[in-house]
Amino acid sequence: MGWVLFPKLLYSQKQQPVAFNHALHNEEVDGGCESCHFFRDDGTYSGVPKLAQCVDCHEEMQGDSEAERIFVEEYVAKGREVPWLVYSRQPDCVFFSHAAHVILAEMECVTCHGPIGESESLKVYEENRISGYSRDIWGKNIAGIKRNSWDRMKMDDCSDCHRKENVNQGSVQTHKGGCFVCHK
Amino acid sequence: MKIDRRSFLAFVLGGAAGTALSPLPWKLTDDLAIWTQNWPWTPVPQDGEVTYLNSTCTLCPGGCGIRVRKVDERVVNIEGMQGHPVNDGGLCTLGLAGVQLLYGPTRVTSPMKKVNGSWRKISWDAAIAEVVEKLSDLRAKGLPNTVACISESDRGTVAELFNRFLTVYGSPNFIRTPSIQDSYELALYLTQGVPAMAGFDVGNADFILSFGSGFIEGWESPVYMFKANSKLRDHNGRMDQVEPRLSKTAAKSDKWIAINPGTEGALALGLAHVIIKENLYNREFVAAYSSGFEAHKKIVIDGYPPDIVAKITGVDTATITALARDFAGARKPLAICGRGKGKTPGSLQEFLAVHTLNALMGNINKAGGIWAVPEPDYISWPELGMDNVASTGMQQRRVDGAGSDKYPHARYLLNRLPEVINSSQDSPIQMLLVASANPRYTLADSQSVAKAFEKIPLVVSFSSFMDETTVNADMILPNHVYLERYEDVPAARGFPKPIISLAQAVVDPLWNTRHSGDVIIQIAKQLGGPIADAFHWDSYHACLEESLADKWDTLVEKGYWIDEEFVAADWAEAFETESGKFEFTSKEIDALPQYNPLKAKGDETFYPLVLIPYDSMRLTDGYIGSPPFLVKSLEAYILQTNDVLVEVNPTTAKEYGLDDGSVAILRTPKGNARVKVQHYDGIMPGVIAMPRGLGHSAYDKFLAGKGANYNALIDVLEDPASGYDAAWGIRARLAKA
Repeated sequence: MGWVLFPKLLYSQKQQPVAFNHALHNEEVDGGCESCHFFRDDGTYSGVPKLAQCVDCHEEMQGDSEAERIFVEEYVAKGREVPWLVYSRQPDCVFFSHAAHVILAEMECVTCHGPIGESESLKVYEENRISGYSRDIWGKNIAGIKRNSWDRMKMDDCSDCHRKENVNQGSVQTHKGGCFVCHK
Repeated sequence: MKIDRRSFLAFVLGGAAGTALSPLPWKLTDDLAIWTQNWPWTPVPQDGEVTYLNSTCTLCPGGCGIRVRKVDERVVNIEGMQGHPVNDGGLCTLGLAGVQLLYGPTRVTSPMKKVNGSWRKISWDAAIAEVVEKLSDLRAKGLPNTVACISESDRGTVAELFNRFLTVYGSPNFIRTPSIQDSYELALYLTQGVPAMAGFDVGNADFILSFGSGFIEGWESPVYMFKANSKLRDHNGRMDQVEPRLSKTAAKSDKWIAINPGTEGALALGLAHVIIKENLYNREFVAAYSSGFEAHKKIVIDGYPPDIVAKITGVDTATITALARDFAGARKPLAICGRGKGKTPGSLQEFLAVHTLNALMGNINKAGGIWAVPEPDYISWPELGMDNVASTGMQQRRVDGAGSDKYPHARYLLNRLPEVINSSQDSPIQMLLVASANPRYTLADSQSVAKAFEKIPLVVSFSSFMDETTVNADMILPNHVYLERYEDVPAARGFPKPIISLAQAVVDPLWNTRHSGDVIIQIAKQLGGPIADAFHWDSYHACLEESLADKWDTLVEKGYWIDEEFVAADWAEAFETESGKFEFTSKEIDALPQYNPLKAKGDETFYPLVLIPYDSMRLTDGYIGSPPFLVKSLEAYILQTNDVLVEVNPTTAKEYGLDDGSVAILRTPKGNARVKVQHYDGIMPGVIAMPRGLGHSAYDKFLAGKGANYNALIDVLEDPASGYDAAWGIRARLAKA
């Protein structure tokens, strides 16, 4: 009983402000994920797109879906940023560089984020009532068991891959265990 | 089912074992760990796109270029602009702390009107309409000259818009806040006949003799001077500091010459005596490009031999003679003056005595010398069409007396305004506009200033902050802060070349504020007639762009425009006096250059000590209040909790039974303050010193109520030659609390 009840108590269920179809957008663009989730000129990663990028195409209504109407009327017309709930948002004590992983190590987005680019709708965002972060960080499985590389995003999951790939995890200066590589 | 002891224990233990084997405790421990590492009140740096924008710092007249780092729309850092001619990458503590002024709690967030003693937010339309109504009313009564404006500067488009408005409205009462700029401009005008700004080619000097100037404590353009000081050291140059107190500048100088406070002018004449007597002056300059030298020579030879000067200044004759010889022996010696940061104009005689010292060495308009930098002339707006009311108003005398028979050479005499208002039955000023100034705090004798301002029926503040003047005003038309607005910075104080910088809006205004330039244009348009005609621009931005004309693109792109090729005029062309030469003595003012002591006010028996101020780079003492970063960084010998420390020489302290760190009451003829005693060997016996910039009653909790305001303890000491405030201190009494 605890296995069912506990997650329900621990996580609150939240809907995204606007229904979004990744698959549909992916068909429209040429550059894959990076068309919207791009690297800035200075190498930093832009993350979830800002309204300014969406407006390039969505200045006017594209189609007549309810989601489109809400998006254009509530956000585009009013110039308000969409308060997206980010499934992969890490605690503020974690420093993560997309550039090091995607550009330098040439990793696929899918490895950590899963096949979200093929999804037609955004799943319910489950917020941990204690920590305030998404359930996707700990993983859907409350026992922490994972089948795919993208099932969890805890520190151990970073380490698993780093060990497997033989990544130097130590500090460049001291060659000792480098907590401060990720925890600034 | 019967629950016996055995089955109860089995249930509890089984439950505990089951729970321990389940992920529950591990999961909750993990969540709690994350929760405790991310307290909601822990500040978290914003994540987003990083951009850099060039602008100019306007927090002081130094004119430093800045580079503002933003993360998305949030300003997160301000640094000095690399390659900028004034500050080349450097920035002072105030400039660095500018972000706090933008986001801090002391901003005025909307136009406000005082109703029955408390502030009410009103709309911009209503606020402007009310000001326009009052202005129309005064004009209809034929009293346009009862409107005055106090501004930190009289140059640049915003100050010029205010001035233009007053002129076409019919009031001559545009008043700039006082500083050493007043005295330097006048000294240059009287000796060289040019309307110019003083520029100091300090980077190329090899001996700087400073008469009390805080060369590395905020004098003129602070960062430019820091850099010049470093250059001087690199070139094995020398700097001597003449000052009654061991300031930071004195401590970093090659020689500190402790002098009786207020007698610096006498020392300058004593040095001139030795230089002339021993023929150490620049004969080419004196013979061919100066006039009145013989008269000057007679004055200094007869009146200021070292033994007499030693008696006045307390500096011994050997030091005076050696200093004069060293100064004259340097290749590029430069004498500078204006105490501390230069907030008080000072005695004209003192400025002339120091300036003629430079002339004796022929380092006027030469590398390493003092340069006459032409006033900026890029603002050329259409001629004003003045109606009768305006012309009549403009013919009235200035309320502060500047330009009158008594003060023919002064341009602005804000220090006289409180007395003029207080001595009249009805205030000669019916409406006062205050732009980028905080006279209620910065002027000497705060009580009289407050009394005078209370008599003015309508005080309108254009301040972005709840400063002392604004809190006590009747209406606020808040300006954007410097990071939210465009504005030209027409010069950098003390910088030897013409430079125009552009302050650019790096963020959108956070609050319901409006550019003062726009507000003045809107007021003028609503007043109609020739006043509206004088302001043909749709907006301040249009006015700014038009005024800067061909320099606009450079300014937007680089942030500054500089006349790189500028060299101060050759001696043959430099002087526009009657004689066409540098005038050691001037017909215009008889007593120059001499030394007539300006004694500190107060009865010597009741006030046996002399109180002098000092300035710190960690405290602002102008229109801008110190942001929290600065207050936090104050040394423990300046401020302890809420008490300001007053420096007392241990011998003086012993005489009056004042223990180190004890609380005392400081009394001057103008007021009292609770202070703490700080024993300090670096201050003369009989003299005590306190910092300027504390004792605010307004602003936020980070600044208000800390220490005491020096300005509330001193009185104006009017310079008989110019009318400017020449107060260098006041008599005081210090007693155990």
